[in-house]
Amino acid sequence: MASRNLPMREALRHALLEEMHRDESVFVMGEEVAYWQGTHRVTRGFLEEFGEKRVLDTPISEMAIGGVAVGAAMAGLRPVAEFMTINFAFLALDALVNHAAKIHYMFNGMFKVPLVFRAATGWGDQATATHSHMPEPIFAHFPGMYVGTPSNSADAYGMLKASIRDDNPVLFTESIGLYSKPGPMPDEDEDFILPIGKGNIVREGTDVSIFTYARGVEWATKAARELEQDGVSVEVVDLRWLRPLDTELIFESFKKTNRAVIVEESLPMYSFGSELAAQIQENCFDYMDAPIKRVSAHDVPLPYSKYLEAMALPDSDKVVAAVKEII
Amino acid sequence: MAQDVTLTMDGMLLNWLKDVGDSVKKGEVIAEFEADKATVEVEAPADGTILSLKLEVGEEVDEGTVIAQLGDAGEAPAGGEAKAPAAEEAAEEEAPEEDDEAEEEAPASNGAAATTPDGRIKASPLAKRVAAEKGINLAQVAGSGPGGRIVKADVENYKPAPKPAAAPKQPSGGTTIGQSYGKLPEGDDVEIIDVSRMRRLIADGTVTSFQTTPHFYLTIELDVEPLLGLRKEINAMLEDEGVKVSVNDMVVKAAALTQRAFPNLNTHYYGDKLVRHKRVNIAIAVALPNNGLVNVVSPDADTTPLSEMAKYHKQMFTDARDGNIKQEYIKGGTFLVSNLGPYDVESFSSIIDPPESGALAVASARKVPVVKEDGTLGVGTRMKATLSIDHRVSDGAEGAQWLQYFRNLIENPMRLLV
Repeated sequence: MASRNLPMREALRHALLEEMHRDESVFVMGEEVAYWQGTHRVTRGFLEEFGEKRVLDTPISEMAIGGVAVGAAMAGLRPVAEFMTINFAFLALDALVNHAAKIHYMFNGMFKVPLVFRAATGWGDQATATHSHMPEPIFAHFPGMYVGTPSNSADAYGMLKASIRDDNPVLFTESIGLYSKPGPMPDEDEDFILPIGKGNIVREGTDVSIFTYARGVEWATKAARELEQDGVSVEVVDLRWLRPLDTELIFESFKKTNRAVIVEESLPMYSFGSELAAQIQENCFDYMDAPIKRVSAHDVPLPYSKYLEAMALPDSDKVVAAVKEII
Repeated sequence: MAQDVTLTMDGMLLNWLKDVGDSVKKGEVIAEFEADKATVEVEAPADGTILSLKLEVGEEVDEGTVIAQLGDAGEAPAGGEAKAPAAEEAAEEEAPEEDDEAEEEAPASNGAAATTPDGRIKASPLAKRVAAEKGINLAQVAGSGPGGRIVKADVENYKPAPKPAAAPKQPSGGTTIGQSYGKLPEGDDVEIIDVSRMRRLIADGTVTSFQTTPHFYLTIELDVEPLLGLRKEINAMLEDEGVKVSVNDMVVKAAALTQRAFPNLNTHYYGDKLVRHKRVNIAIAVALPNNGLVNVVSPDADTTPLSEMAKYHKQMFTDARDGNIKQEYIKGGTFLVSNLGPYDVESFSSIIDPPESGALAVASARKVPVVKEDGTLGVGTRMKATLSIDHRVSDGAEGAQWLQYFRNLIENPMRLLV
């Protein structure tokens, strides 16, 4: 499969390009997506290629971006709307969770909302508390909206294509820290679709399962390599989707290893980790050989100081320590 | 919710220090028990009010027995008032509702499992399920997980401990194994005395050891003049600190260093398995004023500095003689040293304390005529030491080498310090 080595931003760009060529109803909109060619360069060259009608610059107006996208989707188009960072998607919360997520249900199936909200997410780089967050679990709280977040180029490519083609609203979040990370990715391939709600075993193991997504996969994989030196066999599961959650894969892995560490870049209270831990204990109680351990960001607004910021975030050392606590 | 107070050893109730209705703080002593070798204090596992006391003074019960219940003031004790003497009964009655079958059996046994302060066995849900499927009593399984938690692998790898004939376990009847002594004499000419719990344990333990451990003995005579000289120097030096190193301390040190060099004698015999201990913990036989004997353990005696050891030993011996020593200080010995030096004994041999595989008996340092290097007669100070060895673990030649090494340390005592 691996015939190109591209950073994730390029993988996303190719997915978008191909889908826009394939389906005329797909269009992109957002702050700086047209003339500036995208804050994260995902829409580089799009204006030239598709023109102003399908590549729409918007003002700083997240609430309006959300509302327009929902309206356009209800009217039969397939908008891909970009929030520069997910933190400002809170301004569009009403459009996202009160409308996009519920319309199909509220109108008894008369309307579909085939839209994708793309948003850069994650923290690091001293962007401070208001810019630094991974609030995906908040959006995954609401039924009706899919929430996906890739960990590498190939997944970004296959997951974004699937999201654009799906008839349900999708919040597609992209870790800022991964945009520049190169990774193998297939050649232009119309059928490279990674189905929504399917996770992926990144690394097989027998002693403990690490459940994670996005940048957590990198920390988990590094930790797994270290732990291997100590004779601990770690299975790393990239869930890819926070909703729908691939519970089948999770339970299967847990039943094999009997131990779980959940790694999330987000905050610990009422989080992805809380949900997953609850589901595992409800469904796999008799398979538990140790308490379920969570590695999360610290429960604080992210500090500006570089060192305090690093302390507040998870990393592979923290994952190793967590695994060792339950082995 | 009422909470059970459970015994962590076998013992006889000496004294209740609290009454029903008293409120207690966590860690407060609520009862005193006479355990095998010491008086043991039972502490409250949590804050609360005593709801019930389930034993009477003088009653003997097994490890795991529920002896009292704690709870909120005014709360009714669970499982009825009164005492519940038999361990099995207690376990059935008092088992918390959520416990599964494997756990219900737990309090009645005396296995190696880690228990929480309130007596629950720490085991993962998976370990519990597997144990239930295999019919294994978790109380018998040692936990390897964090905090001693029993995990799946422990249950899967569990083999019932081979009951080594060498392991002394007190028969419930209290009479010594396989012996009949006929009718008990009566009349004014005799006084009938109950055998104390400790005496019974010593009797049974030594009989078992002597009958089932093939002992052999090796004796040497040591020149202890340099040792006594060095001891004087050390003590003069340490006088200001109030530390006094005894001959016994030095002998223990020498034995520990020798054990370090001969790991085979730091090995315990368990039927089809030998357990080689990585730590050298020397058990020291201490005579008690009331006709008893207890082996106080000097942990890591090979690496503990002599002065520190002297202080520790002094404290432990005092505690032992006062009957205050805690169980943890008499457990875990890997080799026994018995010293009758203070009693002017020419030589003696010691019975091995199974599953240990060796014991060193040290007699008195005595002034004796010696043949000096130039062939003339003179006076020297000599001490005899006898090594007892379990022949199943080791043989004569190794024992002789052990003693050679030991002699080298005693006769060149600076080596104990460097």
